[in-house]
Amino acid sequence: MTHHRAPDHRELLRFITCGSVDDGKSTLIGRLLYDSQLIFEDTLAAITKDSRKHGTTGDDIDLALLVDGLEAERQQGITIDVAYRFFQTPGRAFIVADTPGHEQYTRNMATGASSASLAVILIDARKGVLTQTRRHSYICSLLGIRDIVVAVNKIDLVNFDEDTFDRIVGDYVTFASELGFRCIVPVPISARFGDNVSTPSGNMPWYHGPTLIQHLEHVDVAQDLAVRPFRFPVQWVNRPNLDFRGFAGTIASGRVAPGDQVVVAASGKTSRIARIVTADGDLPVAEAGQAVTLTLEDEVDVARGDILVHTADRPPVADQFAAHLIWMDEEAMLPGRSYLMRIGNIWTPCSITSIRHRVDVNTLEEHAARRLSLNEIGFCNFSAGQPIPIDSYEDNRTTGAFILVDRFTNRTAAAGMVAYPLRRASNIHHEHFTVDKAARAALVGNKPMVLWFTGLSGSGKSTIANIVEQALHRAGRQTYSLDGDNIRHGLCRDLGFTAADRVENIRRVGEVAKLFVDAGVIVLASFISPFRAERRMVRDLLAEGEFLEVFVDTPIEDCIKRDPKGLYAKAKAGEIKNFTGIDSPYEPPEAPELHLLTAGSTAEESANAVLEQLRARGIAC
Amino acid sequence: MQSTSTKAPLTPHLARLEAESIGIIREVAASFRKPVMLYSIGKDSGVMLHLALKAFAPGKPPFPLLHVDTTWKFREMIAFRNMMAERTGMELLVHTNPDGIARGINPIDSGSSLHTQVMKTEGLKQALDKHGFDAAFGGARRDEEKSRAKERIFSFRGPGHSWDPRAQRPELWSLFNTRIRDGESIRVFPLSNWTEYDVWDYILAEDLPMVPLYFAKMRPVVRRSGTWIMVDDDRLPLEPGETPEMRMVRFRTLGCYPLSGAVESTATTLPEIITEMRAAKTSEREGRLIDSDEEASMEKKKREGYF
Repeated sequence: MTHHRAPDHRELLRFITCGSVDDGKSTLIGRLLYDSQLIFEDTLAAITKDSRKHGTTGDDIDLALLVDGLEAERQQGITIDVAYRFFQTPGRAFIVADTPGHEQYTRNMATGASSASLAVILIDARKGVLTQTRRHSYICSLLGIRDIVVAVNKIDLVNFDEDTFDRIVGDYVTFASELGFRCIVPVPISARFGDNVSTPSGNMPWYHGPTLIQHLEHVDVAQDLAVRPFRFPVQWVNRPNLDFRGFAGTIASGRVAPGDQVVVAASGKTSRIARIVTADGDLPVAEAGQAVTLTLEDEVDVARGDILVHTADRPPVADQFAAHLIWMDEEAMLPGRSYLMRIGNIWTPCSITSIRHRVDVNTLEEHAARRLSLNEIGFCNFSAGQPIPIDSYEDNRTTGAFILVDRFTNRTAAAGMVAYPLRRASNIHHEHFTVDKAARAALVGNKPMVLWFTGLSGSGKSTIANIVEQALHRAGRQTYSLDGDNIRHGLCRDLGFTAADRVENIRRVGEVAKLFVDAGVIVLASFISPFRAERRMVRDLLAEGEFLEVFVDTPIEDCIKRDPKGLYAKAKAGEIKNFTGIDSPYEPPEAPELHLLTAGSTAEESANAVLEQLRARGIAC
Repeated sequence: MQSTSTKAPLTPHLARLEAESIGIIREVAASFRKPVMLYSIGKDSGVMLHLALKAFAPGKPPFPLLHVDTTWKFREMIAFRNMMAERTGMELLVHTNPDGIARGINPIDSGSSLHTQVMKTEGLKQALDKHGFDAAFGGARRDEEKSRAKERIFSFRGPGHSWDPRAQRPELWSLFNTRIRDGESIRVFPLSNWTEYDVWDYILAEDLPMVPLYFAKMRPVVRRSGTWIMVDDDRLPLEPGETPEMRMVRFRTLGCYPLSGAVESTATTLPEIITEMRAAKTSEREGRLIDSDEEASMEKKKREGYF
């Protein structure tokens, strides 16, 4: 059967199909599988049975049922997640990402597009270019897809009309002119009946172009990655014995050969390639896409996360950069909040320092924004926890891409595409003062740290902190207190109490606390600080052992009863918005250094517990 | 296994799949505290094991193999498993669910559904918990079955190994999210993007050893539910009037022998198997009795913790 001869020469093509609801994506993919005879008899028997139960095509087999995989979505008649399908023709092997067209699933489309090199954009011939068509095209463009097929589907329902086809194609090309596509190929098809999918249609004598499959078989999407600058993200250090030390990874771009002079991009250490090791023997040369193990001529410090590059073609190294961001988490992105970034094989804390603009995916207009919600796209400035070699996503879809992960839920929260470095880390000199933190601390005989009191309003944070500070002061320890009174009226007086402002408030407090610690002082910070992420951020600003989280755990009923400033009464009356415990959440610490259950204790007793903890840490008080 | 000087280079397509899988396998070794590779002895496991050996050459894979033994595997599978462990020098862990044995669970009296649930799914979870593995490789492919087509390469499992298809992490580029907390784990599928064709083409290209059951041979079988069941030992009760007959058969997938249907075939070499497969009219899972139990049965099993 010639149909199933293995395709051996042309590279596998990964593409995605996108379109709005009911444009017929699943039917098209079902058709591709059916036409390439990949539907086995037992599978066909199963969907024939299902067609009667869930199908929408009357007595015909509903081809969409071939691909709508999960039980939940079959019942709803929609596709809720990215599915990957495989088929082969005599000319090529294909992987199709089937991605949903609903607005709330921009996330899934971006996921499918990230690994695709071509997009088939479906347009319903009866409806023409829709808002969703624009959105999908923009996302494809953003994710670096340069080859587009415009499949004008359901052409049978407009009587195979040439003018309708031409008008839709004209509309699309006009709109897409600013999206940077390299090639747009329009094909009139009927996925349901098969016209121009894999066999030329007899219903459209006016159309002389290729069928969809013919085009997909022949399109050349090679990115010539091998001639780009050499980038080798080190994935794993292979040390099976003392005589071998190799750096395993997959070449992201370019070519490498023994003898090449290479440099560790971030550290600047140089060496030469000694060997390219594989299980099948050493290679004389290796290029983009190959998974190899490199050894170097010198003992150079190289670890997972480092990138080896040619000395002659080094990327800029920066800890601040600009990038497009697609937000994918239910919990909105807030500037200043700390996330984990994975770029290449580096994991590093990272935060968005500002949102330059949000992009309206329907109109492509740019708007100001203070946060990004699920499925929103923004262009932002980033600050990473360490200097990173920066390639733009346009230059390199491997080294220029990153994800953000929520530090608490570990959910993948966003996908990012690097645009450019903002300032090179090599230009910021971290001046080496001869007087450093240790010297200052020694001068005042202190062990600097931050005591971070967190808890509800009225829980007794400041009261306890005051007693602790008095005791420390009496013992000759140099201290300073930070609380709402001395922060909110000055440093942070431009901030309110929205979630975004609370995050920024704590970020500033954290930075100030860090400076005090640097100056050798013990800081007592009393802030509601309701979010775990921000407390974690402050903890990360400081060295191990310098952050002592004290959870002042007072039942909210007691806080309301005390209500020292009358705030709960106002919040309940609706006069104050976003009040923690009333209409804004408090996330209790999961592992505080000290958990003070204040119910039934006096403030003095609680303060003593804190002092006890300090003595245990070697602070005389 | 690495003497390949006479071997023809892989096609660009297979070379690309191989490189992708090696990248995935290395990622697990680099990112997890205690990974394990599920080894189910079949062709997919065989390819996965070979890729792991390649990924860490000249060293050895830094994780053990785990076989969840239901005690109903073909005898030739067990012999092959032990041979491969010895040949690779990797540690082989074998686990059988003791509760299942105590309860007398077996595929014949208990039914395929309960047998699979207890001996495979529960057995697997026991083994993972016992050793505290935080990542487990499986040889599943996306082309096998519809709910597999939406599976991630790094598939997150909550406490108790639960799989929630609606709460999967988006997976972009090759930037896998490997972060988990205590009690959570990741199932990793390095062969996600391989098809059945690719697997056999690769076995041929790399000349990988395979369980002889994949090759046609005269074997004692009985006809049941439209398929041939091999009488591998005397535990298979014969129905009245049923007599094993010798037939030239082979298996497209391997599992517990009373649940694995054979097909009549004359293919005794790899090229013949490939030719036969390319002309096949039924999917490989047809021979697996466990999938046809009920609609969406795979999704259900996966939610419960099946691989």
